Amino acid sequence: MIYLDYAATTPVDPRILDAMLPYFSETFGNPSSVHRYGQRAEAAVDAARETVAAALHCQPDEIIFTSCGSESDNLALRGVALAMREQNGANWIITNRAEHPAVSKTAEHLEKHYDFKVEWLDVDEHGMILPQAIEKAICGSTAIVSVMYANNEIGTVNRIHEIAAICRAHGVPFHTDAVQAAAYLPVDVDVLGVDLMSLGSHKFYGPKGVGVLYVRKGTPIFPALTGGGQEFGLRSGTSNVPYIVGFAQALKLTVAEREARAAHVRPLRDRIIGTVLEEIPDSRLTGHPDNRLPNHCSFVFRDVDGNTLLQMLDAAGFACSSGSACKTGNPEPSEVIKALGFSRDWGLGSLRVTLGVGMTPEHVDAFLQELPSLVERVRKLNQR
Amino acid sequence: MPKVVVAMSGGVDSSVAAALLKEQGHDVMGMMLRLWSEPGKEDSNRCCTPDSMALARRVAAILDIPFYVIDAKDIFRNTVVNYFLDGYARGVTPNPCLECNRRIRWGFLLEHALAMGVDFMATGHYARIETGVGKVNLLRAVDASKDQSYVLHVLTQNQLQRALFPVGEHPKSEIRSLADKYGLPVARRPDSQDLCFLAGEDYRDFISRYAPQIVAPGEIVSRDGSLLGRHTGLVNYTIGQRKGLGIPSPVPLYVLGKDAETNTLIVGTADQLGCGEITVRDVNWISGKPAADVFQAAVKVRYTAQEASAAVTLLDDGNSARVRFDEPQRGVTPGQAAVFYDGDLVLGGGIIA
Repeated sequence: MIYLDYAATTPVDPRILDAMLPYFSETFGNPSSVHRYGQRAEAAVDAARETVAAALHCQPDEIIFTSCGSESDNLALRGVALAMREQNGANWIITNRAEHPAVSKTAEHLEKHYDFKVEWLDVDEHGMILPQAIEKAICGSTAIVSVMYANNEIGTVNRIHEIAAICRAHGVPFHTDAVQAAAYLPVDVDVLGVDLMSLGSHKFYGPKGVGVLYVRKGTPIFPALTGGGQEFGLRSGTSNVPYIVGFAQALKLTVAEREARAAHVRPLRDRIIGTVLEEIPDSRLTGHPDNRLPNHCSFVFRDVDGNTLLQMLDAAGFACSSGSACKTGNPEPSEVIKALGFSRDWGLGSLRVTLGVGMTPEHVDAFLQELPSLVERVRKLNQR
Repeated sequence: MPKVVVAMSGGVDSSVAAALLKEQGHDVMGMMLRLWSEPGKEDSNRCCTPDSMALARRVAAILDIPFYVIDAKDIFRNTVVNYFLDGYARGVTPNPCLECNRRIRWGFLLEHALAMGVDFMATGHYARIETGVGKVNLLRAVDASKDQSYVLHVLTQNQLQRALFPVGEHPKSEIRSLADKYGLPVARRPDSQDLCFLAGEDYRDFISRYAPQIVAPGEIVSRDGSLLGRHTGLVNYTIGQRKGLGIPSPVPLYVLGKDAETNTLIVGTADQLGCGEITVRDVNWISGKPAADVFQAAVKVRYTAQEASAAVTLLDDGNSARVRFDEPQRGVTPGQAAVFYDGDLVLGGGIIA
């Protein structure tokens, strides 16, 4: 099997696993405890927090450890929207349909059950949010703006610092979901100018089950989980020490190796995109041709059932993904693909191929050798 | 190592089929069809509820085989459901499961599987395959009480060459203990016999929604044509039905037949129920051709009926046959299948006209 789904998740780097292991059975204490077991665990969490803060170029007390990127998104939107409304009555949320469901469903929930209003901005043909659109929509009653750094399905990278500057000028908190971006793009929060940023370590060779929300000091925010007051009162619950250690180690390695990793995958990505568009009739690249993640290829094929294609690829030994991740045989084009304006005959045939450190040119060759004929076979099946 | 896809349902039979094939050293993958239900009832199709899908997925995980769900909603709606509605519109009692076997399971799904490079497709049906001289024979299951060869009579040689029925070689009791042995989870809910896409609803309610024009009241007449009463719509009656006719009569009356053209229901006494001769159309011969122009066979007129001895005569059109029973048969229903057997061997079958 060849794994081509690094945007879904990545294997844990052995260096990271090694860093985590002592915190399961040896240094197992609860960081909240007074005794030395607790102190050692607390020291590990503090060190991890410092490591993450250094990587993001912020203060340690601006780092909130969570259980995943989705939880970070939830905390950001829910926490800031409620706090902003209490502080100054702001009740608008500005976001868009290309966001990960962790953002879009949270916005919908706030709209339906908490009386917020959501402004769904259009994306352009590449799935990009134009800063002008933010400028036009933002106003004194905007509670939060949320725009993802890089799109998980189509790889498009948004102009985050421009959007952040607009929000800053209007005094509106700006959140970005950087879960996909962090593996390959700079995450310096001062350069980006963001107020809140979500991360999850399993996208960059860390463990699943741990995330971070960066919260710029002074940003109004309520907790999403209440209890013992861990994580500066914003996220109660016993600290997941080994995973927090793993997160920090993963982010540190990613920042150090980012350039090399990007340089490794970018030419492979370009070869896949070039060959697919050249050799497969009725194929199109989705997302931005240039401003895209260096490991990310995404396509739509006309008159192809994307789900069938994924099954055939799997049977042939290639693990890929699509925009309509669906294991239940109930295919629908994804919100993102629909937002790009594709009709149904194109929209059902999406394919995402995402690369990682383990990829070799030989893997790519094998994949490119097989893909065109599989697409052809699926098309024939669909013609029935 | 031959590649085999198992059409899984989450039920014990297809689960054990997969386990047996895996143990025999085949390269096995599981597939499950996503079938059509009415909008709003998508999760209630009996053949693919979320429960049964979760169960099939679990079985695949335990057996460590890949598992894929195949979307067949549109083609199922356009073939099987239409076949069902058309049948009732013509005044017969169709058996949509036959059409599903022919067009969906052994049509759509098999093509899918072949496109993925498999050599065989297996199901959890109780029946047997035997390679004969230049052809593949379809036989009854070892466990006669579980035999499902009736619903497989629609298969062609092309399909049978790809077919495997691993559980047909075992009695049902053994299949249950095999499930235990392999540690496979087994649904606690007993299998319902309702049509899957009805999602538990009465078929008459479904028809009155989808084809209201075919649920028109009309006359009830005797065989000699005398008017006895009014019926509420032909779909509401089955052949042999006694209750619910609403006709005062000194002797019990039974539904003998339906005439869709005149929208009349024909009733009569018990002694008129027997049917001595039928015409069977759209006959599929398992071997590809009939055994002879005239032959004696055991004929099964519905899934649960006992076989009856009959003389089968081919008709000139080449795909119909006349069946003359040695003894008149009850409950012979147009639209259901008549299947011809020679001992354990399935010769073929068609639709009762």
